[in-house]
Amino acid sequence: MSLLSLNSMKTNIGQYAVLHDVTLEVPEGGVFVLLGRNGAGKTTTLRSIMGLWQPSPGSVLFNGQDITAMHTADIARLDIAFVPENMGVFGGLTVEENLILATAKGRFDPTRLKRIYELFPALETFWTKQAWALSGGQKQMLAVARAIIEPRALILIDEPTKGLAPAIVDAMADAFREIAQNTTILLVEQNFEFAKSLGRDMAVIDDGRIAHSGTMADFAADTALQDRLLSLSA
Amino acid sequence: MQQINDFAGRLGGVYLLPVVVAALAFVMIGAPSSWVTLTVAGLAMGMMIFLMASGLSLVFGLMDVLNFGHSAFVSFGAFIAASVLAWLSGWLEADAVSLNIAALFLAFGAAILFGLVAGWFFETVIVKPVYKDHLRQILITMGALIVAEQMILAIWGGTPVSVPRPEFLEGSLLIGDITIEIYRIFAFLLGLGVYAALYLTLNRTRIGLLIRAGVENREMVEALGFRVDRLFVAVFMLGSALAALGGAMWAGYETLITPALGAEMMIVVFIVVIIGGLGSIQGTLLGAIMVGLMANYIGYLAPKLALASNMILMVAILLWRPNGLKPAAK
Repeated sequence: MSLLSLNSMKTNIGQYAVLHDVTLEVPEGGVFVLLGRNGAGKTTTLRSIMGLWQPSPGSVLFNGQDITAMHTADIARLDIAFVPENMGVFGGLTVEENLILATAKGRFDPTRLKRIYELFPALETFWTKQAWALSGGQKQMLAVARAIIEPRALILIDEPTKGLAPAIVDAMADAFREIAQNTTILLVEQNFEFAKSLGRDMAVIDDGRIAHSGTMADFAADTALQDRLLSLSA
Repeated sequence: MQQINDFAGRLGGVYLLPVVVAALAFVMIGAPSSWVTLTVAGLAMGMMIFLMASGLSLVFGLMDVLNFGHSAFVSFGAFIAASVLAWLSGWLEADAVSLNIAALFLAFGAAILFGLVAGWFFETVIVKPVYKDHLRQILITMGALIVAEQMILAIWGGTPVSVPRPEFLEGSLLIGDITIEIYRIFAFLLGLGVYAALYLTLNRTRIGLLIRAGVENREMVEALGFRVDRLFVAVFMLGSALAALGGAMWAGYETLITPALGAEMMIVVFIVVIIGGLGSIQGTLLGAIMVGLMANYIGYLAPKLALASNMILMVAILLWRPNGLKPAAK
């Protein structure tokens, strides 16, 4: 059974239909990559899973449980974490406060905190700094750290490499590889090289519909398919 | 210019503003005793306005709700406290300070209790159906304010109601040729106490952390597993209770209140929230103190400008800082 199933999901934003028919199976474990051009519906897919936009018709099943009509907070309590495109860090809060807010009981598990320090040493350095003062890369680290401060069954990450320096992107890739050993990541990405280095399974969304799904190895080998589904000229 | 800004920042930044205004007023007023009296009056007035405005600022910041009915809680708080004080007039006139204090705190307690219950009702019945629709929020909450005013008229009548003060808060302190009303000192200290409690709650507790985070990014707080709508009801109730307490304090300050009190205070409260910066308790305190000080100084120096002092202050601050003095980070 898949960890996450999207069935004929359709989502409207206001009067605009953004997702027309998204059907997708995300298996448990590893990194599942959702690729697509700008405006194809990647972010809307993640937000629909989190209940931030309501899909109708269609359904979202998580571990077999229908979460389509659930409140975002209740979905999050099923151990689903969300790292949005804009990172969603709270600028007026310190790094520590941002992280403690994401803990279930308001206190840190020392083992997990140590792991976060190892993955993202900058967060320990700027522990008492307000998040607005962090660089873009550090904010992204904080956003990801917040997603893994507690054990999660699924982490939804929206374009984590956007606007980041290559060195930070490499560090982020290493972190995701380690995180994916214990959890499932549904990664939305436009940076194909980054996605290719991480993904085991993948899908491409185009104009609100899943246009292709399969293994990343097969997709990476098929340049004609990549051109057709991802290139700007197509 | 940058060097001036950096220097001002090191000295306290915008928090320095009331000090600068007070120093300028000192030079312009000339007489130190008048200056002290006006400054204490301004600080006391500012603290009472802070009580009324702090809840509105959080509600505005957290849920983007324009509640023009907020000052109805101020009115009801004032009238309920006045009624309780009148009912306990025997205690107020007693020589025993303990009875004086008991009467005062029962009056405040009644106002706060009303604020909590009415806040819950107002949020659930009136505000909830119009989330995310500013035009309807303005219309329905203005309507609610009018209904509240009419209810006050029906219950307490149209004639001004006099508010008895406890014996121990009557009179003034005389220090040399400086006269300071005891009630003003009390209002200042109570406001300071409420500010300290709010500050500690917002900065040292998990619920405070959630409120601060929710003001910045409500959606993300929900994505972390917290029901912001439930948090909002609690904040709304707290804000309404603080407004009612502010109204009760104001009633004792004015000693004569009319049903138009809410509508009169609404403008001041909104000015404070706007110049302070939305969603920020520190900003609201700063804005309230600025309004209190300016009203007293201008009332003394240029009485004809007194009515316009709040507007002039708001225009000047918004020209300098369009988001207010100390807005919550967004």
